[in-house]
Amino acid sequence: MKPAPFAYEEPRSVEEALDLLARYGDEAKVLAGGQSLIPLLNFRLARPERLVDVNRIDELSYVHREDGKLHIGAVTRMATLEHSPLVAARWPLLAESARLVGHPQIRSRGTVGGSVAHADPAAELPAALTALGASFQARSQRGSRTLAAEELFVTHLTTALEPDELLVEITVPPLPPRAGGAVVEHARVHGDFALGGASVLVVLAEDGTCSRASIVLLAAAPTPLRAVAAEEALAGTGLAEAELAEAAELGAEELDVSGSQRAHRRALAAELTRRALVLAAERARAAP
Amino acid sequence: MTRSIAVTINGRIHRGEVEPRTLLSDFIRAEGLTGTNIGCEHGVCGACTVQLDEEPVRSCLMLAVQADRRAVRTVEALALGDDLHPLQRAFQDAHALQCGFCTPGFLMSLDAFLRRRPDPDDEEIREALAGNLCRCTGYVTMVEAVQAAAKALGGAAG
Repeated sequence: MKPAPFAYEEPRSVEEALDLLARYGDEAKVLAGGQSLIPLLNFRLARPERLVDVNRIDELSYVHREDGKLHIGAVTRMATLEHSPLVAARWPLLAESARLVGHPQIRSRGTVGGSVAHADPAAELPAALTALGASFQARSQRGSRTLAAEELFVTHLTTALEPDELLVEITVPPLPPRAGGAVVEHARVHGDFALGGASVLVVLAEDGTCSRASIVLLAAAPTPLRAVAAEEALAGTGLAEAELAEAAELGAEELDVSGSQRAHRRALAAELTRRALVLAAERARAAP
Repeated sequence: MTRSIAVTINGRIHRGEVEPRTLLSDFIRAEGLTGTNIGCEHGVCGACTVQLDEEPVRSCLMLAVQADRRAVRTVEALALGDDLHPLQRAFQDAHALQCGFCTPGFLMSLDAFLRRRPDPDDEEIREALAGNLCRCTGYVTMVEAVQAAAKALGGAAG
């Protein structure tokens, strides 16, 4: 229940961190908020030779709006996102999602970039960022590249980040007018990872019909699961209750879970998606 | 391969030579501040909750080196001599503890919570309690204790 020994690096800048990752990438692990990695170290399920602790890289801790987009530094704490007036006003789905992450004691340390790079398919922020069409900037000494969620999340606990790359920023596009988002999940115990849930965004055209829907299921597949068939089914509809329920069923069909839990998890996914869509539609109708 | 650190705990600087793998919870206890209890050591039970720059954190999910030149508050900071903190008094009055092992973690979580939400409703209190586990007393009397403490603290401020 104590970590095995490791070498410890504490870079103060992105440059310094990239230099360390270029040198030690294969044997090193990036330590962000530590709310997932340190339990793994304590259990000795992870035994990295070296930790590159990014917590003192102040330049990666920010939330600001520029050119209409939200820019989130990778080392921004969950609690900062949760309490940001900017996020609450313009990207409420992110604030709502942050509030569902663990407990206040976890959110005070856990970081946005850490949650993304850990890539747990049951995590709330990766699902919300996928629904919002966020992009992810990775840097290494070889250069910088920007990935979409579909490119970044490869499988359970695995991203497309190379060993020498550091996730530095997450960018979220502005919400169009008449947009509404919602996240609904179910966990057996408050604060636990969800057994199922949906993070959704619907956008209405001027006539009140649905011009676009993003539906992302969490804890449903090895990555945040984009329910494309359900999204397409909603486009052009009036988002009536029956249409939302039908789309939720379509979404749940894509569930990539096998074994004895499947029937239960599928029913759960359908109902939670339906509730999220109902809430998001209500919010879209009330939005400016 | 140890490192020198200087952690301010409850206003006093504690210097130490630690391995990078030393958990903050172990460092605090080795400094003689044994009010912080270690339960699960993987961030689930909340018994080791302390405050880092006033915010509640699991001290078993932080390395001691990460607290270097930072300010930590532990349960020992709550009472002033024999004068219990309003939260501690409320826990005592409401019988919100039996064995007491989990209590320091609850107190440090709730002290930070009441700073942010001085006048919480029951739902908010229940959510604030959810990050800590108690296996003997249960939570009903804790909700009462937090209500009483909020009143006492509000009275003190007003």
